[in-house]
Amino acid sequence: MHRIVANRRLSPNVIRLDVEAPRIAEIRQAGQFVIVRRGPKAERIPLTIADADAAAGTIALVIQAVGKSTRELTALQPGESIQDISGPLGMPTELIEKGRAVCVGGGVGTAVVHPIAQSLHKRGVHVTSVIGGRAKEWVIFEQELRQLGDVVVCTDDGSYGRKGFVTDATKDLLTAGGIDIVYAVGPVPMMRAVSNLTRPFGVHTIVSLNPVMVDGTGMCGGCRVEVGGKTKFACVDGPEFDGHLVDFDLLADRLSTYRIQEKAALDHPDGTCRVGL
Amino acid sequence: MSNKISAKERMRIERQSMPEQDATARAKNFQEVNLGFTEQLALLEAQRCIQCKEAKCIAGCPVMVNIPRFIQCIVDGDLPAAARSLLGDNALPAITGRVCPQETQCEAQCIRGVKGKPVAIGYLERYVADWAYRQANGVAGDAPTAPTGKKVAVVGAGPAGLTAAGELVKAGHSVTVYEALHQPGGVLVYGIPEFRLPKQIVDAEVRRLQDAGVQIECNVVIGRTYTLPELRERYHAIFIANGAGLPVFMHVPGENLKGVYAANEYLTRINLMEAYAFPSAGTPVMVGKRVAVVGGGNVAMDAARTAQRLGAERVTIVYRRLRADMPARAEEVHHAEQEGIQFEELAAPVAVLGNEQKWVTGLRCQRMELGEPDASGRRRPVPIEGSEFEVECDVVVVAIGTRANPLLTATCPELKLSRHGHIEVDSHGMTNLPGVFAGGDIVRGAATVILAMGDGKQAAQSINAYLKTKPV
Ligand SMILES: Cc1cc2nc3c(=O)[nH]c(=O)nc-3n(C[C@H](O)[C@H](O)[C@H](O)COP(=O)(O)OP(=O)(O)OC[C@H]3O[C@@H](n4cnc5c(N)ncnc54)[C@H](O)[C@@H]3O)c2cc1C
Ligand code: SF4
Ligand code: FES
Repeated sequence: MHRIVANRRLSPNVIRLDVEAPRIAEIRQAGQFVIVRRGPKAERIPLTIADADAAAGTIALVIQAVGKSTRELTALQPGESIQDISGPLGMPTELIEKGRAVCVGGGVGTAVVHPIAQSLHKRGVHVTSVIGGRAKEWVIFEQELRQLGDVVVCTDDGSYGRKGFVTDATKDLLTAGGIDIVYAVGPVPMMRAVSNLTRPFGVHTIVSLNPVMVDGTGMCGGCRVEVGGKTKFACVDGPEFDGHLVDFDLLADRLSTYRIQEKAALDHPDGTCRVGL
Repeated sequence: MSNKISAKERMRIERQSMPEQDATARAKNFQEVNLGFTEQLALLEAQRCIQCKEAKCIAGCPVMVNIPRFIQCIVDGDLPAAARSLLGDNALPAITGRVCPQETQCEAQCIRGVKGKPVAIGYLERYVADWAYRQANGVAGDAPTAPTGKKVAVVGAGPAGLTAAGELVKAGHSVTVYEALHQPGGVLVYGIPEFRLPKQIVDAEVRRLQDAGVQIECNVVIGRTYTLPELRERYHAIFIANGAGLPVFMHVPGENLKGVYAANEYLTRINLMEAYAFPSAGTPVMVGKRVAVVGGGNVAMDAARTAQRLGAERVTIVYRRLRADMPARAEEVHHAEQEGIQFEELAAPVAVLGNEQKWVTGLRCQRMELGEPDASGRRRPVPIEGSEFEVECDVVVVAIGTRANPLLTATCPELKLSRHGHIEVDSHGMTNLPGVFAGGDIVRGAATVILAMGDGKQAAQSINAYLKTKPV
């Protein structure tokens, strides 16, 4: 059992849960994730470890409430518990030793970029974070990232920071030059756009993939993605890969596998519907 | 009925068949197919055993269960004695009685099989085990040994790990089992379906071990949460039994289309995650209206029969060789046929076909013919040119085997592996690292429950011997 110690709303549909998981808090590295199962009959959900407090023995999970399972998780209040948390899973982020890095975060992906920026900053790498959202209230982790370097905020409607997409701001940084590596985490179209942007500049780009997962140990093969024409299991080989080699179309497509079932689950919270079977 | 019968009468008794759920009814539910022998059937079947002096059946059993001994106890009407005898040889008879390939093990050797049908050893084993489970006070086991003060870690709570843990705790060691998933049991809970092995049996077994003092820590992935070198610092000995859970794919075009599953994923979603109850359980699965299952082992039969039970209209098993060559238990192939599963023999997939939206629409296969025998002694399937045909389907389940999962071994490069990534062990089950033992599928490649259990038992004995040489 893992007790919730805090539940904070970061944006209209994004919640940060701080949860007790002492061993994971102690050893997690940037880029790694956990698999969470709220309780009996619940789904196993992969979530990146957005932050950790080893002394307090807690990890931070940043969750976008999209489906039935994530809504149930984000509703958990301090004192309540998550039954199962397994991890830390996945390979740690490939970090550079020195130089300049750009960390691009879109929506909830900003939370995933945060531990990467943390680790880079600790090594003395200069970090510029480019983060964005639809409007001001959707921008998350700005204060945390400001402590680790420069931050460029972009909003689609211009209600805060620069008007436009994170790709526009990233392009300006690339054009100005001196960038050694780009980390991009967010919706699939955003990671694809950033990877396409950096390619002509020849700047190494790492993206974090979020395919459907079950076990997170390489046992089921459900998380398979294609990288450089080879099938990889994101849970053990990734979740981070070279953005210039990832087949984003396949990823986006496989992510739509359970769309009908997910909608059915939301429409029938009582569980009497058996659509999809 | 008197239990004393003449040799002639004995020879005249026919092999008793297992009462089972009607095939049409059961193809729609998840209740167990085999219902178990009644007392009368068990007695008749037990009387068929002629109590050979040099019982060949025992040699056919990977853990050398004293078969005639427990069968004689049934004949004598002494079930407590039968249970003590059986449980002394085999810790999980309710499981092995259901899933062992008896027709290639004990029953293949049974002398009565020479002229007729062998004694139904598996059914009798299950009968005794189920009787023992029903006894409220349990069957008295060995008294616990005094604590040795030695700590042993077991990696993986499948049949190998659980068997070893039970033996080790009996020897007085403090035992912790680390399991990656949220529930112990390994393939017994995520792979083998309820209609073949009710989960209740596995749960009862796990509880019995916990009551005996075994600590089971779920959600701990060795290689991630702790590394093997870390375990070596904290424990006097380690038994690695993490199975062979890395699915093999066909490497044909279209394999990443939506609707293609590895059997491990399909079965895990349904068995472990209860996707059959979606959306009241959180995990969805695409069951499929027309399902093609590739492979001929137990895994393929389980996937096909599961799809059928969840309402698929047509389920086809695609296999490279002939039905008779299938590595699955004979009973599973037979049950699958009865339930209406279709078989495409001598066929190998060459591509998965899909539509514009990338959903599976079919499986393109090639006809095979049998050529010269290969290393396994079976005739090698050879493609027939120009013989391609399509199996229409919306879900494809790939059940062509598993390999060693490298997650754990990658964190301990000193550990000696075979060419295929399996852990190498000596005749005592010890790896090249002192105090580190291994067994089950991670050593053998995908094998059987009973071999995994045999390894667990042997490793526990070797660990006992090894720990005697170490100070506390
Ligand atoms: C669908 C299916 C049907 C089968 N049917 C039969 C049958 O009818 N008869 C038969 O005899 N055999 C059958 N088998 C084969 C049999 O189940 C296996 O041979 C047997 O389970 C192997 O036991 P094991 O203990 O070595 O491994 P497993 O049962 O695979 O258990 C390994 C355990 O270790 C855990 N683990 C893995 N990695 C780690 C890690 N890094 N850290 C911690 N824990 C870890 C896993 O989650 C798992 O619980 C079947 C297999 C399948 C998949
Ligand atoms: S070989 Fe057959 S007849 Fe002989 S002891 Fe074994 S089960 Fe009985
Ligand atoms: S989630 Fe099952 S193999 Fe990656």
